[in-house]
Amino acid sequence: MKIIVAGYGKVGSALTRQLSAEGYDLTIIDSNRKMLESGQELYDVLGVYGNCATMDVLSEAGVKNADLLIAATNADEVNLLCCLTAHKLNKNIHTIARIRNPEYSEQIVMMRDSLGLSLLVNPEKQAAQEIERLIRYPGFQKRERFAHGRVEIAELRVSADSPLNELPLSQLESETKCHCLVCTVLRNGEAITPRGSFVLKEGDRVFLTATTNELARLLKSLGIVTHKVKRVIICGGGGSAYYLAQMLDKANIDVQIIERSAEKCVHLAELLPNASIVNADASDMTLWESERLTADDAIVAMTGLDELNIIISIYVQSCGVNQIITKLSRTESSAVLDRLALGSVICPKDLCSNTIVGYVRGMKNQTGASIAVHRIADGKAEATEFHVSKDTPNCGVPLRDIKLKKNVLIASILHLSQCLIPNGDSRFYPGDTVIVVSNSDSAISSLNDIFE
Amino acid sequence: MNFRMIGRIISFILIVEAIFMLPGMLLCAFGGQSWSAISFLISIAIILAFATGLWLITRKAPKGFFSRDGLVCVGLSWITMSVFGALPFYISHEIPSYIDSLFEIASGFSTTGASILNDVESLSKGILLWRSTSHWLGGMGVLVFLLALVPISGRNDGFTMHLLRAESPGPDVGKLVPRMKQTAIILYGLYILLTVLDFIFLVIGKMPVFDAVCIAIGTAGTGGFGVLNTSIGSYSPYIQTVCTVFMFLFGVNFTCYYLLFCGKIKNVLKDEELHWYLGIAFVCITVITISVRHLYPTFGDTLRHSAFQVGSLLSSTGFSTTDFDIWPALPKAILFSLMFIGASAGSTGGGFKVGRALMAAKIMRRNVRQILYPQRVEVVRMNGRVVDENVLRNTNAYLCTYIIIIIVSFLVVSLDDFTTATNLTAVVSCFNNMGPGLEGIGPTLNYSGYSVLSKIVLIFDMLAGRLEIFPILVLFSRSAWKRR
Repeated sequence: MKIIVAGYGKVGSALTRQLSAEGYDLTIIDSNRKMLESGQELYDVLGVYGNCATMDVLSEAGVKNADLLIAATNADEVNLLCCLTAHKLNKNIHTIARIRNPEYSEQIVMMRDSLGLSLLVNPEKQAAQEIERLIRYPGFQKRERFAHGRVEIAELRVSADSPLNELPLSQLESETKCHCLVCTVLRNGEAITPRGSFVLKEGDRVFLTATTNELARLLKSLGIVTHKVKRVIICGGGGSAYYLAQMLDKANIDVQIIERSAEKCVHLAELLPNASIVNADASDMTLWESERLTADDAIVAMTGLDELNIIISIYVQSCGVNQIITKLSRTESSAVLDRLALGSVICPKDLCSNTIVGYVRGMKNQTGASIAVHRIADGKAEATEFHVSKDTPNCGVPLRDIKLKKNVLIASILHLSQCLIPNGDSRFYPGDTVIVVSNSDSAISSLNDIFE
Repeated sequence: MNFRMIGRIISFILIVEAIFMLPGMLLCAFGGQSWSAISFLISIAIILAFATGLWLITRKAPKGFFSRDGLVCVGLSWITMSVFGALPFYISHEIPSYIDSLFEIASGFSTTGASILNDVESLSKGILLWRSTSHWLGGMGVLVFLLALVPISGRNDGFTMHLLRAESPGPDVGKLVPRMKQTAIILYGLYILLTVLDFIFLVIGKMPVFDAVCIAIGTAGTGGFGVLNTSIGSYSPYIQTVCTVFMFLFGVNFTCYYLLFCGKIKNVLKDEELHWYLGIAFVCITVITISVRHLYPTFGDTLRHSAFQVGSLLSSTGFSTTDFDIWPALPKAILFSLMFIGASAGSTGGGFKVGRALMAAKIMRRNVRQILYPQRVEVVRMNGRVVDENVLRNTNAYLCTYIIIIIVSFLVVSLDDFTTATNLTAVVSCFNNMGPGLEGIGPTLNYSGYSVLSKIVLIFDMLAGRLEIFPILVLFSRSAWKRR
C-alpha cells in the first residue's frame, strides 16, 4: 500500500517509524530540507521537498497512485487544503488530517463530511481524553482498553516496599489472589516477555492484563490506596489543557490552570468559566508551597517544555502528591527517564500515530490482519487484536502445546463475549478475538505470524 | 564507526564477488584450461573463507549507521573487492605480478578499462570474462546489487540511503521509489535489460557469442576492456555503430529510462543534463569529423570513427576503433577535454559528470553577476527546480578536490620518465575512468611501463574517480578509524 505523509514533524516522524516498519511504501513531504533529509536517513522512505498543499508537489509524491494521504503539518488549514487537493488529483484516495485548533473542534464532523476526509485526528484532544481517564480511574500508571473496553492492559511500577518486589511471577496469583497475566516487563528500558520463573525487581514497570473488576481487586490486594481526586492542577495552558479542563469540569472536578502568559490566561478564562486560571510560572517553587498540595490533588504537567514538565513532576512528587501525569513530546529518551518517578507519562504524538496506524491496518483488512494495535511500554512492545478465523492454525489446541515465536504472548482470549485471561490449558476457536502482546522488534501483522 | 556492520556488509559483498567468478571458472573448466579453472577455484575458496571469518566475527553488530559509516563502508568494500578480485589473475600466472593484477581488477571494477596487458588475446577466456564481469558489477555498483538482493539490516532502516549515496555517482542522489530494495531492483532491471539488448544487437552483427558477452557487459559498465588487441577496431562497421549507440545510452542518467518506462516522456525531454550531454556529443562529433576528414577514405568511415571515439570518451568507456593518437591537435584536445566532462550523473559512466559541470558553470555565472550587482540575490536552478545551497557547496568542494588530486597524482606519476602528455593523460584518464590516453598510453598502447608507485597512485585514482573521491578519501582521515 502506498502512503504519503505530508509534514515530517513530531507526529509525522512517529508515523513514519511505525508505518515503514510495517512494510508500507512511504513518501514524506516537508518544506524543511533538513527534516526531510533526516527522515530519509532514518527510514526507508522517499522524500519530496515542497509545500504539500500544491498540486505540483503532490503529483511528484505520486498522489495519483497512492492509497492514503496523512496530512500532519503544524497548520490545520494547510492540512485541510492538502487533503482537498489530493482528492481533486485522485478520487479514491483516503485522507487523514490532523486538526488541533480548539476553535475548529465544533465543526470537525462538518469538515470531515463536506471535505470527504476519512479521519480527523486531534493529538491534543486525545491526550486530554487519556489524562481524564487516568484521573477518573486512578491507581495505575496507564490503562489501555481493548475489545471495546472489555480487556485492559494496565501499567504498575514496582516500588521497594511493594509486595511485588522480589516476587516470582509464578506466585503472583497466589500472592494477590487475582487472576491476571503479566505481558511485558520494562526493565532498564528493555521490554521483556517474562516466564513463570521471572522475578520482579524494584523499578520494573509491569504491564499486566485482567478484566476491569480484577484490576480493582488487584489494587486493593497490593495495598495501593486510591484517592478520589478532588482538585486537578494543570500546568501550562495549551490546547490539551483546554480540552482536559472542559472534560474535568463536566465530571465535577475542580480545575486550576497555571499559565505563564497573561494573554493566554485571559483567553482561557473566557473559554472556561468554571476553572480557576492562575497567571504564574509553574517552575516557581514558592507557588507550589502556597498551593498546599495534598494527596487528594492530581498534577498534570503539560507545558510545552519537556524539561520543565519533568522538573515539576519530580518536585510535586516530593510534596506528597499521589497522582502525577507528565506530558512528554519526545519519548526517544525514555530509557533514561525511566529511573525518574514521573508518574504516568503521556505522549500525544504516540497516541495520535497509534490511531492512524490502527486506521491503516483497518484499510489493509486482509484475512487474519489485526483489528487494532496499541503500543505499550513506551512503544517497545505492542498489543494487537486479532480475529481468529477458520484458517488460523492451532485452533482448539491448548496453549501450552503451541509453539509461539520468541517474545510473543497471548494476553487474552475473547470467547463468546467472555474475556478469558489464558493459562496453559486455554485454547482459542474460530470466531474468537485474541490479544497478542509482542516485542515491537518482531513485526507481527497477521495472526499467523505469531506461530513458530 | 560501526565496524561490525561494515564488516558484515563487506562479507556479503565478497560472497557476491565469489558468485560472479563462477562463470569465468566454468568457462575455463569447459575450455580445457584446467589451471585457470583451479586458480579460480582457489580464489573463490579464499574469498569465501575470508567472508565467513568476517561474518562470524561481526555478529551482533550495533544498530547505528550514519553517513560517515556509509562512506567508509563503500570505500573499504571497493578496496577489499579489488584486493580479492585480483587473485584469479595472479594465481593463474596469466598476470605474473600482484600489483599488475590489482591494477587490472581495480581498472575493471572502477570501469576504467586501463590495462597493463601487452597481449590481451593470450589470456584464457575465463580470465577475460572475469575482467569484463568486473566492469558490469562496478558499473551500477555492487552495493546497489546487494541492496536489491538482501535486507542487510533485517529492519526497514533508512541507512541504506547512505550506501546508495556513497556508491552512486552524481551530486544529488535520490531514490526512484519509496523502498530502497525496489529502487535497486529497478536500477538493475534497466541495467540488465539494456545489456541484453546490446548483446542481441551484437550477435545479430555476427559477433562471436563470447566476444559479444564481454563487449556487451563491458559497454554496460562503460568499462572498456576488449577481448582483442585492437579493441573494437577489427569488428564490422555495424558492430562499431551498435557499440557507439550503446555507449551513449549507458552514459545517460538511468532515472531518464525509469521515467520513460513510467510514460513521463515530457520530463525526460525537459532534462537539462540530457540536452547538454547530447549537445556536447553532437558538436564534438561534427568538429572532429570535419578536422579528420582527410585521414579516412569515405565520409561514412570518418563519421563512424569520430562518433565512436566521442561516445567512448564522453561516456568514459574507453573502447577505440582507431588510433586517435595520430589525429591532429584539435580533435585530440577535444577528446582530452571530453575525458573531464564524462557521462551523466546517475549513469554507469565516470568523469566529472555533465550535470555537475553544468552546475559549476551556473555557479560561475551567478558569481560573475554578483560581482557586477552585489545586492543581487539569485538561486541556481536545474530543470527549473531550485538547487539547495548545500549541493552547490558540495559541487564546489568536489571541483577543488578533483583538481587537487589530478595535480598531485600527476606530480607523483611524473617520477617515471615519460612525456608530460603521457603522464597527464594517464592520470586524467584513470581518474575519470576512461582507459586510454595520449602518446605513451594511446589506444594501441598500455600502462605496463609504469613503476609500482605510479600504478598504486593510478589504482587510487581509478577507485576514487569511480566512487567520486570522498568514500576513498575519508579512509585517509584518522577519525575514520576511531571506534566511537
